[in-house]
Amino acid sequence: MTIEVRNLVKKFGSFAALDGVDLKVDNGELLALLGPSGSGKTTLLRIIAGLDWPDSGEVSFNGEDALAQGARERHVGFVFQHYALFRHMTVFENVAFGLRVQPRAVRRDEATIRARVKDLLDLVQLDWLADRYPSQLSGGQRQRIALARALAIEPRILLLDEPFGALDAKVRKELRKWLRSLHHEINVTSIFVTHDQEEALEVANRVVVMDKGRIEQIGSPNEVYESPATAFVHGFIGESIELPVHVADGVVRLGSRPLGLAVDGLASGASRLFVRRHDMQVGPAGSGAFEGAVQHVRNFGPVQRAEVALFGGETIEIDAPRDKELRAGDRIGLEPRRYRIFAGG
Amino acid sequence: MTLQIADTVSLSPSQAKARAHAAAARDNLRTEPRAVRIAIITLAVLFLTVFVVLPLVVVFAQAFSKGILAYLAALSEPEALAAIRLTLLVALISVGLNLVFGLVAAWAIAKFDFRGKTFLITLIDLPFSVSPVISGLVFVLLFGAQGYFGGWLREHDIQILFAVPGIALATTFVTFPFVARALIPLMHEQGTQEEEAAISLGASGLQTFFRVTLPNIKWGVLYGVLLCNARAMGEFGAVSVVSGHIRGETNTMPLLVEILYNEYQFVAAFAIASLLAMLALITLIAKTVLERHLGEGHASRDH
Repeated sequence: MTIEVRNLVKKFGSFAALDGVDLKVDNGELLALLGPSGSGKTTLLRIIAGLDWPDSGEVSFNGEDALAQGARERHVGFVFQHYALFRHMTVFENVAFGLRVQPRAVRRDEATIRARVKDLLDLVQLDWLADRYPSQLSGGQRQRIALARALAIEPRILLLDEPFGALDAKVRKELRKWLRSLHHEINVTSIFVTHDQEEALEVANRVVVMDKGRIEQIGSPNEVYESPATAFVHGFIGESIELPVHVADGVVRLGSRPLGLAVDGLASGASRLFVRRHDMQVGPAGSGAFEGAVQHVRNFGPVQRAEVALFGGETIEIDAPRDKELRAGDRIGLEPRRYRIFAGG
Repeated sequence: MTLQIADTVSLSPSQAKARAHAAAARDNLRTEPRAVRIAIITLAVLFLTVFVVLPLVVVFAQAFSKGILAYLAALSEPEALAAIRLTLLVALISVGLNLVFGLVAAWAIAKFDFRGKTFLITLIDLPFSVSPVISGLVFVLLFGAQGYFGGWLREHDIQILFAVPGIALATTFVTFPFVARALIPLMHEQGTQEEEAAISLGASGLQTFFRVTLPNIKWGVLYGVLLCNARAMGEFGAVSVVSGHIRGETNTMPLLVEILYNEYQFVAAFAIASLLAMLALITLIAKTVLERHLGEGHASRDH
């Protein structure tokens, strides 16, 4: 199932939750909608599911107009952030719900329903919980039951709203891997919403980065990380150093200090320079684009994180390899191995 | 932390004593002095006795003052039986109507956003803030001989005032808020996610209501019905205005109690009153049980 979204606009009062969104999702993709809260990602998901309606724009599934159908007819599996399991039903009945409410003409007989539910519970590896109630399950178990329930109707599309948002860190990591392998197994076009970049980059084939109701960038996890299209994406994904610089006549300055960095066709004026923390190469004082004094150093697994007060006022954090000895008080030079400059203050 | 460590070490008697003192001192911080405690508790018990227990005892004492036979005889008077029948009928009608109205209103208010929602909530509370006598008078103004629809009703030979429909209408009006009030906070708290889940799984509106919404609020519904019923059976003011006090026909139990009392038939009056008192007691017990169920629902939602 392919999904196509064209020029979607949705306003809540004067707040534009979606401000002209275009998106194409290919068959069998596992797509992440990534963005801070209020970026419109959940609204987009709910509109695709038919739980919300846009003010204008189009949504089509396989070229058919989806907005002509209600949520009930769209055959979309939706996994809610807080699972929304039916609290008065057992796990078994929760999963069976979508099969039991089908019109009589197409409803399967009891034995078939039971077999299908059992298969689904096996798929999420929770068949032993069939007779429990949702309140008796852990967060991770509820999440998987919610997924099994959504899959019961053989959805054409699977939508997940912050699927791991309410879980603790360890369970979250396990479920991520599990979701990816499950998607591999069932191969349903899937979209999940997350504000966690690590989650998006690790699980999805493609990542859509959103901010303020607009799409900032669409690309593979590698693309959005390695070549961010906008200042927002660079700041949001990966840990970046952001410095306010000034571009004039092909020269980039931090304060009054010329940095000696190349600018290609960037207009003059206030700009922002982005460098990944680990892309700052440490050298002796006097070398490199920046110069500063180390404030303090913390050791962090494979790297050491140093706080450096640049001459010119800004204080930045860099990640340097452990073999490079850094001490508080050292004066060092810094050269960005890779950087991006975006126009605008 | 240090206290826990000390616990593992065996204590000498003097140490134990010192600790008991310390514990007593700690408790004292949280409680009032003994004299104050006793005074407050006595006051509360006295108040409850005078205003709640004593009247209840008096009702039953008066009802049985001429023995159980007189009590039973008073209850089996045709007038008494008619009043009981009428009260049950009116309660059945008004609770039934308010169950439907209350469910629909709570559903609309808790699950949807629309213009005029606050106004609707205020309207639902209106019967609580209007004196029941006024509520009754409204129906007299509407359906009475000189009322807006009075002429039309007489032409078509429809009797509303001084008959069962009028009493049922007035009671329904007065008891309108109970079911809706019991359900709105409950449904509001439960949100709409389960309904959305049901619809995205292919359930129709009715299926969603009967399979998801209703099971989730069933204890709240019972709670509202219980309170609504208690009020419907006990309503005096509004019913008094519209009933016409026709003996054996339009007297409900509370009205009959008043009439019998005014005629110095104390045993009969208190016998009927004792039935209403028992209804109140049963309602209280059922309410406690239901509140426990509602509480459980709460707990299971939270984790």
